[in-house]
Amino acid sequence: MDRKSRFRNFAVGSTFAWITIFVVIPYLIVIAFSFLTRNAQEIVTFTFTFTNYRDIFSPVFLKVCESSFILALGTTVITLVFAYPFAFFLTRIDENIRRTLILLMIIPFWTSSLIRTYALIILLKANGIVNSFLMSLGLIDEPLTILYTQVAVFIGMVYTLLPFMILPLYASLQKLDRRLIEAARDLGATSRSIFFYVILPLTLPGIIAGSTMVFLPALGLFYIPDLLGGARSMLIGNFIKDQFLTTSNWPLGSAASVILTLLMVLLLVWYFISSSRAHSDGMEAVR
Amino acid sequence: MGRDPIVRLRRVTKRFDDVLAVDSLDLDIYQGEFLTLLGPSGCGKTTVLRLIAGLESLDGGEITMNGTSLDGTPPNKRNVNTVFQSYALFPHMTVFDNIAFGLKMKQFDKQQIDEQVREALSIVKLVGMEMRKPHQLSGGQQQRVAMARAIVNKPLVLLLDEPLSALDYRLRQEMEIELKHIHRKLGITFIFVTHDQEEAISMSDRIAVMNEGRIEQIGTPTQIYEEPENMFVAKFVGEINVFDGRILEIHNGSAAVDIYGQRFKVQNRKNHSAGESVKVLLRPEDIMVYKLEEADPQYPYLTGTIEDVIYKGKTVDLIISLDAGETVFVTQFFNEDQENVIYRHGHKIIIDWPYGWEVVL
Repeated sequence: MDRKSRFRNFAVGSTFAWITIFVVIPYLIVIAFSFLTRNAQEIVTFTFTFTNYRDIFSPVFLKVCESSFILALGTTVITLVFAYPFAFFLTRIDENIRRTLILLMIIPFWTSSLIRTYALIILLKANGIVNSFLMSLGLIDEPLTILYTQVAVFIGMVYTLLPFMILPLYASLQKLDRRLIEAARDLGATSRSIFFYVILPLTLPGIIAGSTMVFLPALGLFYIPDLLGGARSMLIGNFIKDQFLTTSNWPLGSAASVILTLLMVLLLVWYFISSSRAHSDGMEAVR
Repeated sequence: MGRDPIVRLRRVTKRFDDVLAVDSLDLDIYQGEFLTLLGPSGCGKTTVLRLIAGLESLDGGEITMNGTSLDGTPPNKRNVNTVFQSYALFPHMTVFDNIAFGLKMKQFDKQQIDEQVREALSIVKLVGMEMRKPHQLSGGQQQRVAMARAIVNKPLVLLLDEPLSALDYRLRQEMEIELKHIHRKLGITFIFVTHDQEEAISMSDRIAVMNEGRIEQIGTPTQIYEEPENMFVAKFVGEINVFDGRILEIHNGSAAVDIYGQRFKVQNRKNHSAGESVKVLLRPEDIMVYKLEEADPQYPYLTGTIEDVIYKGKTVDLIISLDAGETVFVTQFFNEDQENVIYRHGHKIIIDWPYGWEVVL
């Protein structure tokens, strides 16, 4: 009894300490920095100011936000389009094949995604595997320019984030009561109507969860656009990284971080509201 | 029924892996009738329903509807609707949208949909519940929505897959009566699947008793109950007492049977011949019980002892252990004018039954 509660206190306490030391305190520092004044020599001077926030709402930063938003949204839509049929297919196949496929999807996680992004460069570059293969088939005469384009960025983003879309979709498709599909067919629905009137609305919680899990990281991922897109487009992630590492404007970087976090919090709030609404509708479906 | 069947099953066969679920089954279902497929779980009754609905594919045989083969017709093109055992209501839709679903799929215009949904709601007595979601309804109400969702499409045949099994006893009895009403009102052919013989007997025009993918007997509830054609039907539908006997001699239409040394006269409907071993079946309510002193040696009887008396209000159930070793279950209607029908544990009694009330198999 005593040992048990001591273990519990230790487990809860250590998690709590971990989060406090590595998440809460650094974040408080970031918030504090965003209100301080830039100083090239000593990083910051302790003078309270709103200038960082004023500076951030400049046309340049808004442009950065816009392109990040488009990239994240595009990535989300593309992953959804690829993941939905795949997740649907997963629920329909033999148990063993399904397990193998899910394992294959998870294996790449055992490698750092940075390394996997470098691997993509090898695949996509002018004399890379994709181009050599297409040329050897005679489909193209000159290598395609994929690397350092927006296409390469999307390929990298979609590749990295696809599992985060597939897994929630798979979970919600798995819970979908097949008898509802039979009922819809019995009532005269075509496959198309069944999809739009029954399957899609009932898997909405999965779509929302998957989209959140893709969209939020996509907003902040900076190394994939950096490595695959060259330094062409400035995104929120790159912008923040540059403030800290290149121009050493820590207060501006901090302010941008706070804005990004606020944006994500808003999206999460929206996610919880819409998913609880979708859940209360979908509740009986999974019973 | 001299009409042409609305649904005809010919040598219908369905296999799941190695299990034969439906075994070369023939069945004719007539316009407007209430036909029940009755049988224990796993007898293939639900599979027959799903084959008619098109939710399973045939492995052999043919199903025709109004003379046309349903072969290759997908469920959404069949003029049948199903009330599912689990109801399978769309949880994200209101009651109204659930009921309107079939009409929407058939592209009815908004006003027609509105009218017909309202009519269906009034038939199942759910007016005022249009905007509720299924999870806000009780089990009985969900059942009604499932009914309304099916009948609103005015199908030629309504398939009902154990629709009452999830309801409690009282509600089930209420719904039985209402289902009968709806059936009469709409004039639609009902094919009803159940494992509950009381439900089957009280609701059906005809009952098909199924076992291991085959129909054991098909007939009116009275035929099924009073004249079971085989031991399976006799034992599955209601309580029954079984005596082993041997035919002694045959007279025209009747036979003398030896049961535990007594010579009983029985009807010989099945044309048994002398010397044959037979089973003589008697329903608990068809057996008469008398005190031992009342025995008349002119007539045959079996002697026994009262083991248990179970008072049921309207009836008294007696469990009698015959001197021949059998245990017999007897139901007596309570008669307050007749003091002598009150038996107690240990009383010595005799039993017999009126000529012709028995079934000889």
